[in-house]
Amino acid sequence: MSNSSTSDLLKPFKLKTKQQELLISILCLVYILAFITRLFSVLRYESMIHEFDPYFNYRTTLYLTQHGFYDFWNWFDYESWYPLGRIVGGTLYPGLMVTAALIYRLLHFLRFAVHIREVCVLTAPFFASNTTLVAYFFGKEIWDSGAGLVAAILIAVCPGYISRSVAGSYDNEGVAIFALLFTFYLFVKAVNKGSLAWGLASAFGYFYMVSAWGGYIFIINLIPLYVLVLLITGRYSMRLYVAYNCMYILGMLLAMQIRFVGFQHVQSGEHMAAMGVFFLMQVFYFLDWVKHMLSDTKLFQEFLSITVTCAVAAGGIALGVGVASGYISPWTGRFYSLLDPTYAKDHIPIIASVSEHQPTAWSSFMFDFHILLFLFPAGLYFCFKRLSDATIFIVMYGLTSMYFAGVMVRLILVATPAVCLISAIAVSATVKNLTVLLRSKNKVAQIGSTKGTSSAKASSKASLDQSQPFQKNGAMALLFGAFYLLSRYATHCTWVTSEAYSSPSIVLAARGAHGNRVIFDDYREAYFWLRQNTPPDAKVMSWWDYGYQITAMGNRTVIVDNNTWNNTHIATVGRAMSSYEDEAYEIIRSLDVDYVLVVFGGVTGYSSDDINKFLWMVRIGGGVFPVIKEPDYLVNGEYRVDKGAAPKMLNCLMYKLSYYRFGEMMTEYGKPPGYDRARGVEIGNKDIKLEHLEEAFTTSNWIVRIYKVKPPNNRW
Amino acid sequence: MEAWIRARVTLALTLFALLFFVSRSSPPRQFVISNAERRIDLSSHIINVHLTLKVENTGTRPASEVVLALTPTEVDHLAMVDALAIKGKRKKTTSVHLEVKPTELPDAPPIDAKYFTIYLADPLNSGESTTLEVLYVFMHFLEPFPAEIAQSESQLVFYHDTALILSPYHIKQQTTFIKTPSTKVESFIRVEPTNRVGTEIKYGPYEDCPPYSISPIHVHFENNSPFAVVEELVQEIEISHWGNIQVTEHYTLVHAGARHKGVFSRVDYQSRQFSNGASSFRYLLARLPARVHSVYYRDEIGNISSSHLRTNSLKSELEIEPRYPLFGGWKATFVIGYGLPLQDFLFESSDDKRYLNFTFGCPLIGMVVDKLTIKVVLPEGSTDPSPVVPFPVEHRLEAKYSSLDVIGRTVVVLEKKNFVPMHNSHFQVYYTFNPIFMLAEPLMLASAFFMFFVACVAYIHIDLSIRK
Repeated sequence: MSNSSTSDLLKPFKLKTKQQELLISILCLVYILAFITRLFSVLRYESMIHEFDPYFNYRTTLYLTQHGFYDFWNWFDYESWYPLGRIVGGTLYPGLMVTAALIYRLLHFLRFAVHIREVCVLTAPFFASNTTLVAYFFGKEIWDSGAGLVAAILIAVCPGYISRSVAGSYDNEGVAIFALLFTFYLFVKAVNKGSLAWGLASAFGYFYMVSAWGGYIFIINLIPLYVLVLLITGRYSMRLYVAYNCMYILGMLLAMQIRFVGFQHVQSGEHMAAMGVFFLMQVFYFLDWVKHMLSDTKLFQEFLSITVTCAVAAGGIALGVGVASGYISPWTGRFYSLLDPTYAKDHIPIIASVSEHQPTAWSSFMFDFHILLFLFPAGLYFCFKRLSDATIFIVMYGLTSMYFAGVMVRLILVATPAVCLISAIAVSATVKNLTVLLRSKNKVAQIGSTKGTSSAKASSKASLDQSQPFQKNGAMALLFGAFYLLSRYATHCTWVTSEAYSSPSIVLAARGAHGNRVIFDDYREAYFWLRQNTPPDAKVMSWWDYGYQITAMGNRTVIVDNNTWNNTHIATVGRAMSSYEDEAYEIIRSLDVDYVLVVFGGVTGYSSDDINKFLWMVRIGGGVFPVIKEPDYLVNGEYRVDKGAAPKMLNCLMYKLSYYRFGEMMTEYGKPPGYDRARGVEIGNKDIKLEHLEEAFTTSNWIVRIYKVKPPNNRW
Repeated sequence: MEAWIRARVTLALTLFALLFFVSRSSPPRQFVISNAERRIDLSSHIINVHLTLKVENTGTRPASEVVLALTPTEVDHLAMVDALAIKGKRKKTTSVHLEVKPTELPDAPPIDAKYFTIYLADPLNSGESTTLEVLYVFMHFLEPFPAEIAQSESQLVFYHDTALILSPYHIKQQTTFIKTPSTKVESFIRVEPTNRVGTEIKYGPYEDCPPYSISPIHVHFENNSPFAVVEELVQEIEISHWGNIQVTEHYTLVHAGARHKGVFSRVDYQSRQFSNGASSFRYLLARLPARVHSVYYRDEIGNISSSHLRTNSLKSELEIEPRYPLFGGWKATFVIGYGLPLQDFLFESSDDKRYLNFTFGCPLIGMVVDKLTIKVVLPEGSTDPSPVVPFPVEHRLEAKYSSLDVIGRTVVVLEKKNFVPMHNSHFQVYYTFNPIFMLAEPLMLASAFFMFFVACVAYIHIDLSIRK
């Protein structure tokens, strides 16, 4: 080998590596950016678990690391849903906990002595970083590597995703969005390649998604829909057949290993679409084969009509029989509420009572997507311009998820990756077109100046350019405009992350009179008091929002928690809270409750307290026990707590527990005692006497109040 | 209540009467105590008893062992006993520390008692006399009565003792002063002559008390000082030769006074601070070494935001507030951690060993510790550790795996029960350490990264495809 030949060999390699180096370094930076932009809450507050559900996840992860997988899988939790208990292993998606426990084990194996809490806190940012990589590869698959890079950058800071993946937000979604996008990517890759290996990989991706989040339903309905669309538009191919069959069959079998999902893939209405499409695929394949065998087209047409009719009829009959016999369960309320946004309000108040299940306001779209909202249609335009199997997929993903995002606030999360990818296509395609325009003109000018002779095409283009003298400037301006918009996007995202999405909601922070930071740590004060100073077997009754936190931080048994699997039980608590004290006392005794916990914001002006949630308790309680009627608590349809409030309102247990001895309290200068700062009124009942309960603990800012249930009086 | 006290008193008096008849014989009757003065300080829940004894050798031979007697209940609550010999006349006195050891007396004493022997520095010749000062420190000795109080009540406690000093020797003259924290004394038993002035109750002087004479008394008085007790303190001192000592202290704090009963009302607690929850406490003060850094204060569920750190060149003070005020029987657990510069605490001894010189004790001021465990985590690779502690402790060795440890670190565990602030003193842990071990962990990390990059380079340059 001579020197020159090696250098010839190296030349393209070098160019390639330079590009690769740039690419890899950009990806590394995006990876790091995605991680650190989610650390605001750790820097502002501390490394802690946020919100409500993450506390359950944290508690189960702790259990998993302490007791091992089998104990975790067979765990019967006595501390929640007293006296029913909860079969934890069979009623959760274990993906998140197992992931965190594995990371924890790995780090300990590598001799990094970290606490499991740190692992849990940083799991979501870590997976967000991984999502950026997946977004890059996905973008590369559907468009080109430029679009992939832009997609990675957009998704790294997109507020819609950050809202669920800041450090400490240790929730299923943090891992699930990664799994969702990864599954989609693998499936699209499988469709493009027609390879069994990618199909297998997507089946495993699907399995991970099933193990992590209930949102897998979206995958198992979107993919069949996509396949159906391809079939209808005549894009059926062997690649599709291989990819879908492999993914569906293996994914289904794997998903059955998750106890919470079980046989739902063959038994529940939500999963039937996938099965129907699966059979349709077989019919298509069969028809293809028959077409191949039969040369006579007329005969085939007849055969086709007969087979399709038969197949559809058979499928319909099977479905009908399945539903009628109860083998196939009908759609659940949650599924209905997705298709019909008003359904939950009328039928399932417990779903409607959660703020993140409300229909999305326009402002929150703007807040979470910013310029992506405008880039999204542009991206759709580019996708339609260059239709392929992959772009059809992303278009369908984008459109369906946007619909769901409109139905429920929290499903903006599912739409985010699609919006980012489609917007990335718009950005990448636009910028590429503009730069090509700028560069080609230079090139032409160069060629013209150096060689003098140019091809007819080039000269015609040059003349075209000359005919449009403003084109270059226009392109420059557009390019700058794009960069300006993108930089605005980056600033907006950072601002939103730091201001809106990085508060743990356990610790409340406010600005004091002198501009100093005041911290209200009342929740933990109360939970820690429960943990230390009540009997270990004490039962605590509170509204279900605080159930997970009480069991995780207070380590005490609760009556209801955020799992909300038993509506009657929650309604019983709602009924107790909205009854008079002596009626409530009987319910409390029957539930064997020792302590009652209420959250009260009247002193601090904290507005998401139990009095403001109280109407939902009435509604949910009244949904099961018709004794509780919502109008009893309202005056002319108005909800109030001052002197003009309804008499039942002024004497119900929740009112009494919230405002007990509040009438003596001066909250604000210049206002009468008993002035409720959260609602801005003087309370209506200042002389509250408690007969069966006694104040056991009130936190320093009165946010959490705990009452002890007295034993029944002696009868003689 | 009355009946109960009466029963106790009757019992005690019968015992007392019996004793007068039985008392004879027993320990070496060489000494006579010519004058004894006892001052009992009841102002906090740590009880200090200062006993000044003038001991005279009336025997024929020189003797050097003076025996002190305590009742078994006293011994159970005894945290510390210390003796000094006073020499010289007024204003020119010097004191010499004397050794005190628990002993058993061979002949059965007439009363159930436990003994401590003071070993005099120079034997006392026949006919000579000397002055001894003895300090007893008792903990958990005050009995709250009533045992449960409501938020607005103040805490009353019983103190049980005897008006006559329990001693195996004849005492010619003795006086006892009891100092109470306030003038609020509910009741006390008189053994004439008894005199109460202000916060002080004086028993005596009593003349010519035979050995083992006792006269049970009790004082029932108000004591609202915080009964803060650390049930368990585990202090971990981790030495890193890279320049830092990391101290982590795990506390289990309890209010050991009268139990809180019934309602806790925040509005009363906030608006009427003095009449409400008088015996409860909110603030604790920890005195940390100077140049302390990265201090944290947290518990199992996260950081506790209510703490203040004040530092100056001599000492650092950390004021901490548990999450909630502690009433009787309430508990709180928390962790305090801080870093210290290595050069302030680690020294090299002459024989090429290194030693850590650190305070044996609890940084929280005025705190009684039921069980104190100090774990000194030596750097990986250090050998033959040996602790030097000025008082008897249990010690053992453990191993600990911290970050990037392969063979584990040696941990010297020292355990002391019934720790009171008077125990605070320095202790040393000697060990040998080869500085080469300091490089082990950086080298491990560096090689891991090196391997990773080599793998990357190899991956980029090697073409693994089957087809060309």
